[in-house]
Order: sequence, then structure tokens, then C-alpha cells
Amino acid sequence: MSQFDIEKLPKGSKGFMYDWGSDQRAFKGVPWGKAMMWIFLLSDTFIFSCFLISLMTARASTVVPWPYASEVFGLTVFGTSVPLLLIAIMTFVLITSSGTMAIAVKYGYEKNRKLCGWFLLATAIGGLTFVGMQAFEWSKLIFHDGVRPWYNPFGAEQFGAFFFMVTGFHGTHVSIGVIFLFIFARKVFRGDFDTGRKGYFTSMKSDYEAIEILGLYWHFVDLVWVFIFAFFYLW
Amino acid sequence: MGTDKKQEVHTHKLGIYLWIWGLLFVFSFFSYMVDYMEFQGLLRWSLIVFFMLAKAGFIMAIFMHLYWERWAIVNVLLWPMTAIGVFIAIMAAEAYYTFFTRMFYFVVGS
Repeated sequence: MSQFDIEKLPKGSKGFMYDWGSDQRAFKGVPWGKAMMWIFLLSDTFIFSCFLISLMTARASTVVPWPYASEVFGLTVFGTSVPLLLIAIMTFVLITSSGTMAIAVKYGYEKNRKLCGWFLLATAIGGLTFVGMQAFEWSKLIFHDGVRPWYNPFGAEQFGAFFFMVTGFHGTHVSIGVIFLFIFARKVFRGDFDTGRKGYFTSMKSDYEAIEILGLYWHFVDLVWVFIFAFFYLW
Repeated sequence: MGTDKKQEVHTHKLGIYLWIWGLLFVFSFFSYMVDYMEFQGLLRWSLIVFFMLAKAGFIMAIFMHLYWERWAIVNVLLWPMTAIGVFIAIMAAEAYYTFFTRMFYFVVGS
């Protein structure tokens, strides 16, 4: 498996031909876990794309006015109503947690156990904050405004269905990510990746590569939010 | 795994992550401003898409390390996206056709 030195292999499009034409593993220098995570994320991209494309189709074909997200998600602060305030804060929180995750991956590769663990923990808390604000947003819409998947007081009926489907599916991803972030923060603090302690589910040794793979998932969650923010909330 | 670990240690300076983090903040702030300033029409849509793609690009390239990955995996990830682009075009055409028939039969026809 390690008969090649990745630095000496051809790069760019020549490297592309070399990797695929070598009758060996195609993704040289890419751990299998990372390749699998990327392929999973690609399939997840298709699912989220289907949601957002059907949102486009519903919104473009309805003859009823679409609810104005800017007002629907506005908050009143000190007597003045600020459009989309909660969503903007959620966006900044998620980006911040993405930044701390990137730094955690960096310290993981430098085998800096403590800093990696603390930044993972910060990322998890950021994610938890995001989910908490989303729960607040959902309960406001459900109990205060009476939004249902089949009805809402603002305009086209499909709005509620798309809101719950798109943000719910994304929120599920965030929640799963938060659970794994806490699990991996514990593993890092315990030193699992330094001592080669075997995982509970996998019974396999792992190392800080696992943090990068977890990081890919977390950045993807942030990435999806970028598109949801643009197409659902801003458009 | 395990054996070919030595070449995988590509760690970058902390500064680049902080820079990208800051940039993402700025882009998010501007895309929020698009809504706050109540830009409408083509200006609104083009600004939203521009900031969205800029943010997505920086997240994928730097945070997800795609910029440093080998071309073989970058291509596997990015080419299927063209299928999504085609799908968007098909469904946009479909949506406008549905809208047209609805207008025709519900509004004009009745």
C-alpha cells in the first residue's frame, strides 16, 4: 500500500490519468475513510439538491404569492423589527463552528491532543447553539404563527412543507454531527489516537485522520446551510 | 492505513484558517445586507448567488482541503455536480410550463 511516495507522483490532470490508469487504488494518498466520507457527502448533496430544486419548482409554479421570508423570520428587538435577525445569527454561529473545526483538524494533524480536543468541544457547543436556536425558530413558527406543512398565514401553502422538510433535514444533520463531535472530543481528550485504543463500535485502531473525516462532515453541514440560507431565506 | 502515513502530514499555518473564517463572516454579512437593504430583482439574485458561491468555494477549497487534494478525487466530486446543474435547468423549464398552464386554465380559462 505504501509503495509510492505521493510527492513524486505526477500532479494535476497528469496525476488524474496516472491514478486512474494504474490498476491500483484510484485515490492515491487518500485514506479509504476519507474517500468514503466524500462519496457519502456527494450522495447527501444530491438529496439536498432535490429538496432545493423542488422548492424552486414549487415556488416558480405557484399562482399564489410566496411568503416573504424577510418578514416571516424577522425578530423584534427593543421595539424595532429587524428582518431575518435570528437566521443571520444562526449563520454566524455555524460559520464560527466551522472555523473552530478547521483549527481542530489542524491541531489533530500536529498531534496536539489538548488543543484539538478543546476546539472540537467548541465546535460541538457551536452546533448545539445552532440547534437550540433552530428549536426556538420552529416553536415560534408552529405555536405563535400557526405554520403547518399544509397551511400558513403568510401565503402559498407549500411554504410550511418546504420549511419543515429542508430545515428539519439540515437540523438532523447538525444534531448527528454534534453527537459525534462530543464523542470524538472525549476520544481525543482520553488520548485514543495517541495510544491506539480500539474504538467501541469498530474495534479498530484509529488516529487523527478520523478528526479530518469528522471535519469534512461538519464543513458539509455548514456548506448546506450556505445554500439553504441563500435559496430559502434570502431569495 | 497506517503505513503510508508520513506523506499525509500536510498541516497549514493557523493564519489561513483565520483569514478564511474572517472572509466567510464578511461574505455572510454582505449577503445578509442584501436582504436588509431590500435589494430586489436581478441585482438581489445575482448578489445572493455570488456570495453563496464564494462562501461555498472557500469552505470546500480551504476548510475541506480540496485545494490540496489530488486531482483524481477532486474530479470525482465536482463532475457529478454538473448533473445537478442540468436537473436545475430541466426543472426550471418544467416549473415555468406548470405556471403557464395554471395561469391559462385557472385565471384566463375560467
